[in-house]
Amino acid sequence: MSLADKDRIFTNLYGYQDWGLKAAQTRGDWDDTKTLMARGQDAIIDEIKESGLRGRGGAGFPTGMKWSFMPKESKDGRPSFLVINADESEPGSCKDREIIRHDPHKLIEGALVAGYAMRARAAYIYIRGEFIREAETLFKAVAEAYDAGLLGKNAAGSGYDFDVFVHRGAGAYICGEETAMIESLEGKKGQPRLKPPFPAGAGLYGCPTTVNNVESIAVVPTILRRGASWFASFGRPNNAGTKLFQISGHVNRPCVVEEAMSIPFGELIEKHCGGIIGGRDNLLAVIPGGSSVPLVPADQIWDCPMDFDGLKEVGSGLGTAAAIVMDKSTDIVRAISRISYFYKHESCGQCTPCREGVGWMWRVMERLRTGDAHVEEIDMLHQVTKQVEGHTICALGDAAAWPIQGLIKHFRPEIERRIAEAGNIAEAAE
Amino acid sequence: MPKVTVDGQEIEVPDGATVLQACELAGKEIPRFCYHERLSIAGNCRMCLVEVKPGPPKPQASCALPATEGQEIRTDSLMVKTAREGVMEFLLINHPLDCPICDQGGECDLQDQSVAYGRGATRYHENKRAVTEKYMGPLIKTVMTRCIHCTRCVRFSEEIAGVDEIGALYRGEQMQITTYLEQAAKHELSANVIDLCPVGALTSRPYAFEARPWELKKTLSIDVSDAVGANIRLDSRGREVLRALPRINDDVNEEWLSDKGRYMVDGLTRRRLDKVWIRSKCKLQAASWEDAFKAIAKAKPKGSVAAIAGDLVDCETMFAAKKLVNALGSDLLEGRQTGMRYPAGNLAAVNFNSTFAGIETADAILIVGSMVRWEAPLVNVRLRKAVKRGAKVFVVGPRWETTYPAEFLGDDAGVLHDLPAHVTEALEKAERPAVIVGGAGLAAGALDAALALPVQRDGWNGFNVLHMAASRMGGLMLGYAQEGGIADIAKSAPKVVLALGADEVDWSQFDGSLKVYIGHHGDKGAHAADIILPAAAYSEKDGTYVNTEGRVQFAEKAVFAPGDAREDWTILRALADALGVTVGFDSFAELQAAMIAEVPALGVEGLADVMSLSGGALPKPGKGRASGRIAYPIKDFYLTNPIARASVVMQHCSAELLHGETLAEAAE
Repeated sequence: MSLADKDRIFTNLYGYQDWGLKAAQTRGDWDDTKTLMARGQDAIIDEIKESGLRGRGGAGFPTGMKWSFMPKESKDGRPSFLVINADESEPGSCKDREIIRHDPHKLIEGALVAGYAMRARAAYIYIRGEFIREAETLFKAVAEAYDAGLLGKNAAGSGYDFDVFVHRGAGAYICGEETAMIESLEGKKGQPRLKPPFPAGAGLYGCPTTVNNVESIAVVPTILRRGASWFASFGRPNNAGTKLFQISGHVNRPCVVEEAMSIPFGELIEKHCGGIIGGRDNLLAVIPGGSSVPLVPADQIWDCPMDFDGLKEVGSGLGTAAAIVMDKSTDIVRAISRISYFYKHESCGQCTPCREGVGWMWRVMERLRTGDAHVEEIDMLHQVTKQVEGHTICALGDAAAWPIQGLIKHFRPEIERRIAEAGNIAEAAE
Repeated sequence: MPKVTVDGQEIEVPDGATVLQACELAGKEIPRFCYHERLSIAGNCRMCLVEVKPGPPKPQASCALPATEGQEIRTDSLMVKTAREGVMEFLLINHPLDCPICDQGGECDLQDQSVAYGRGATRYHENKRAVTEKYMGPLIKTVMTRCIHCTRCVRFSEEIAGVDEIGALYRGEQMQITTYLEQAAKHELSANVIDLCPVGALTSRPYAFEARPWELKKTLSIDVSDAVGANIRLDSRGREVLRALPRINDDVNEEWLSDKGRYMVDGLTRRRLDKVWIRSKCKLQAASWEDAFKAIAKAKPKGSVAAIAGDLVDCETMFAAKKLVNALGSDLLEGRQTGMRYPAGNLAAVNFNSTFAGIETADAILIVGSMVRWEAPLVNVRLRKAVKRGAKVFVVGPRWETTYPAEFLGDDAGVLHDLPAHVTEALEKAERPAVIVGGAGLAAGALDAALALPVQRDGWNGFNVLHMAASRMGGLMLGYAQEGGIADIAKSAPKVVLALGADEVDWSQFDGSLKVYIGHHGDKGAHAADIILPAAAYSEKDGTYVNTEGRVQFAEKAVFAPGDAREDWTILRALADALGVTVGFDSFAELQAAMIAEVPALGVEGLADVMSLSGGALPKPGKGRASGRIAYPIKDFYLTNPIARASVVMQHCSAELLHGETLAEAAE
């Protein structure tokens, strides 16, 4: 049961065709957007709710419900905003990049429709600083849309005024966190805000704001055109739709591919990636959702359905559906240590547990990598990760803790072996 | 009024309260570093974590969480205990173990809270972080390795002081708090970050390695560096005042203090007058009290004597001098040293009637000839708050750097008679309009024009005069005002002039008089004097001060005056004997009683009812016309009084912060 070509949303994912407006229109984008919008705001939100679309940025919060938190009317004259998160910096993730490179009009049309549904005045697309060519494409695409009257006053002839602004970030991972993104958009240091107040109450410039992932927004027009039931027909219940999977690491053909949700991992790899390098038996572990979810060892992942609930059951998460595949040649401790280094480097430094804890975790990981540690330190490290997890303002602390927790859970014997090999096992107490 | 349960105890909390406040109301201590009542909530230290139901199954930062109906808060559960221990451990892993050489020791939040909420031992065996030294100016000593990144200092500069001076660089572990471009923090309230800093990252540079807090005697006092009357605590050891710290008084200084009030105290031990001096043949010669009194008697002061009060004197001194002058058959008293001559018959017309707390609620403010930032930094803080609430501010006078949006209407005081339409409209339409007349405005004759402005509403008096001298309101209440100002006294050419710490007077106008200087510093007044009688500074005597709002406040004696110096009233009392007159008091208590009998308002601490003292109404505006270019009297914020001028720290501040000199720092 593989996704048929006719059911693909992103028909130019690989850039075989032009990204421009004309080409996009031949692919069906911007096709009578006016009528889509004429269904009315609540109807659009209901349709999205019905489709079962869950946020594609990692947390998997139901998109329609998120939109419904936005105020129906402005009581104090404050406008509402849609912020689109294109700050794709999660190690392993590369789907938003492909969308913006090759199908930017899907995103821009989605921005208009979604923005209209949540009664937003404008959409801000916050694009990662390192995405230079992608940002150029996006700027051009937005300009094209304006020139064609699809944005701006009376956008796409709908009678609704809507602007889209593209804002380039400066390359901080933390700016992918929704409130840090809002801070950064406002010109401040990208540090997450305290919640509450939630962005839907007071977000960008203190106005009601919804922050959505690029993919969540880009699929909206297609869902509306083809119907909620079509979208919901893919995947298991509560995990509906199609999804861009990004597979990197030790597979024969790493790729980004649109597949139905809940496809078993093995099938995904065999069908699209040419299998694991060295065969299925050579698989060591998989980080199934971008660097911030715990890894899953080979024996548990193979038949696991790639969706929110399936991966939760094996103690991990779908995240952004960026599967990092590691075969048995991988130094797994080093791999996780490198991820720890990433979080140490990207911690914003605002709140204590993350600022101080993540560096500590990385330092201990580095010693575990070489075995220059005591066995008790594994437990201490685990405790430290628990002291960080759930104690921070944003989820970066959790994201830094989980990979290490996953490693200790599944590969403790490997760590202990290294400590023993380094000769530290019998060292007397100090 | 939501009801919440804290550790099983049900309490009702005010609307809008946070969980932290609810816990405090229930009598539970919540450890915190970043949270501060007067700053915005940052929620970044994570020390105040508590368990809250309903809510996610993880500890919540109580400082940022609103208290809502039916919440069950636990501050004593295992989850909370572990969370606190965890956060404390994280705070300490990169904090240097240099408490023995840290000036914060003994008054350090981190020290106290790690004892109360931390684990006993460390599990961190990696290298600790070190941060390169920062420079924040002559007042703030930095050891940024100790910083725990609570950002209180950043928030203070941005929110209270209104200057973007301090910020955080870099991110994660590398985050560093610094001033922009590592320049000195230059605003007038900069040193308050020292009090705010919960650790030893920002400490007092002049006070570095001077004392431990438990060695110090703490005396409640009043700041005399301006007319705000900030409530302070003088910390002294032996005969020396080592530092001044603000006390909390929401009506006056909240919990801030200007840098001058805080750091001029080292001037109390320098350039002091500690013996009696008599001028003979143009040279001052040391003498005895007896000789000095004889010399004064020889000048035959009976019927021809005047007293001129300086900016720092207390009411008791002024009253004692008044009694002496009266007993000698004269009533020449003046406190406005620089020659100002506004009518002082109606106290309300020279008072800050809105009160400082009240001016925060004003919605349109016209400042006439006052550089508030230098003349009363703590009032400027209030004005900034008013602007944040939506007030419009207009200023008549030369441009100065406001810490809030303000419109300058020109340098000429005459503009008061011809205000632009939008200003008049703003004042007329405002619910709580206010005018603030500063010293320069008074000098330009703006009082009448200001009185004519429509700033009165039901239950709101928006007419304000902002003085600059701590003694001014007390002096006016005691009658230290001649109709024609100091010129009247000069005209009557008294045989003897008693200068009560008067250092700003142009003494050339008293060439024919015997000038007796009763004061504490060898400043301009002493230079001009014929006889110098050494007296006590504000830290060395009990005294009553009235601030510019008419608030009567009492300061206590912290240390003894040096050498032969005596408390001022005893000098005047002894002088009365030497001159053969009676003043009607033999002790300080009798003096105070007599003073209170004459001006009952001085006997009640707190806001004097200036309105009823002045007949219940502001005077009708006179015909005086404001004119001329407004010139602010303060040329150097750090050197406005004899104590500050004697202070090495203040001189350093003036040179470096105002005149841009780079002083070579002495090798330690």
